[in-house]
Amino acid sequence: MTLLYGLLTGVVFGFLLQKGRVLRYEKQLGALRLIDMTIIKFMMSAILVGMIGIYLLQDFGMEVLNLKPTILGANIIGGLLFGIGWGLFGLCPGTSLGALGEGRWHALFGIVGMLLGAAIYAALHPLMSATVLTWGDLGQITLPETLGVSHWIVIVIMLAGVIALFRWFERIKL
Amino acid sequence: MKKYDDGGWNPYLAGALVGLLAIASVGITGQFLGASTTFVRAAAAIEQTVLPERVSNNEYYQSNAPRFDWQGMVLVGILLGAAIAAWHDRSFKREAVPPMWADRFGSNIWKRGGVAFVGGIFAMFGARLADGCPSGHGLSGLMQLSVSGFISLVFFFTGGLIVANLLYKGESAS
Repeated sequence: MTLLYGLLTGVVFGFLLQKGRVLRYEKQLGALRLIDMTIIKFMMSAILVGMIGIYLLQDFGMEVLNLKPTILGANIIGGLLFGIGWGLFGLCPGTSLGALGEGRWHALFGIVGMLLGAAIYAALHPLMSATVLTWGDLGQITLPETLGVSHWIVIVIMLAGVIALFRWFERIKL
Repeated sequence: MKKYDDGGWNPYLAGALVGLLAIASVGITGQFLGASTTFVRAAAAIEQTVLPERVSNNEYYQSNAPRFDWQGMVLVGILLGAAIAAWHDRSFKREAVPPMWADRFGSNIWKRGGVAFVGGIFAMFGARLADGCPSGHGLSGLMQLSVSGFISLVFFFTGGLIVANLLYKGESAS
């Protein structure tokens, strides 16, 4: 049953990614070259809607939060390495499959690279556990907890900030 | 800016619908969107056919065993959903080299493929070290206001911005 939900979720997700036109190399590099903000608009819209719903579920007592630990060394170094690879490949793990689905078969080269990257990471995981994964381990934390404020305050500030960003994008036609 | 657009939906709308999808998924099955763990499971499955002892002795593969789970089905779904959407508005296109890349570096498949392959290695190594990709850290992390999500996303873009601007240095954006 869980698998069926996964398939269904994926089909809708893939459909929306394609309709939003974010599966294209041009859109991803367009954002990184700061000439086309389509993927930022898409992603931030999903986040704004999602965060309200997730925190409503949480406040209704569903205990849905499932946080990835904050480890400064890993998030920063891993994040930079991901970014370098992303700039070269021009697609990310989720969108690569979608790009393949809409015929952009060059995504296969990067997909094979990502499989190799996963295998290399698995081989080096013991080394990473002893080093990078211990640098600045702050555990599972959220921004509102860290700031000591209600999550709704953070949500309202994010809403206002991102909407202002959207308006700016539209004004300068990015 | 050179236009690579061919229509599609408003990215704010498509993104907002992904936000609703994420809320529904979390509310119904408790699952947050993500993509990169599946590449570890897939790498483990492939490695198991050649070097089974390596997989059974690898701690990282043991915690990310080679099996099809909810997220694996999401990735299959993304491919299908993107194909359906592309078929629906006839934007399916067999593409060997992305047009933006071809404008800058030519249409040699292997040149593009080689760079994408190397990019894929870096991207997945980084995603596993950071413990997430733009779906897991970006979408799901920010929706939960997780500190790891904010930090990772900033560094995903930092790495990507640097590489993209080196690759396309001097290329006019307009």
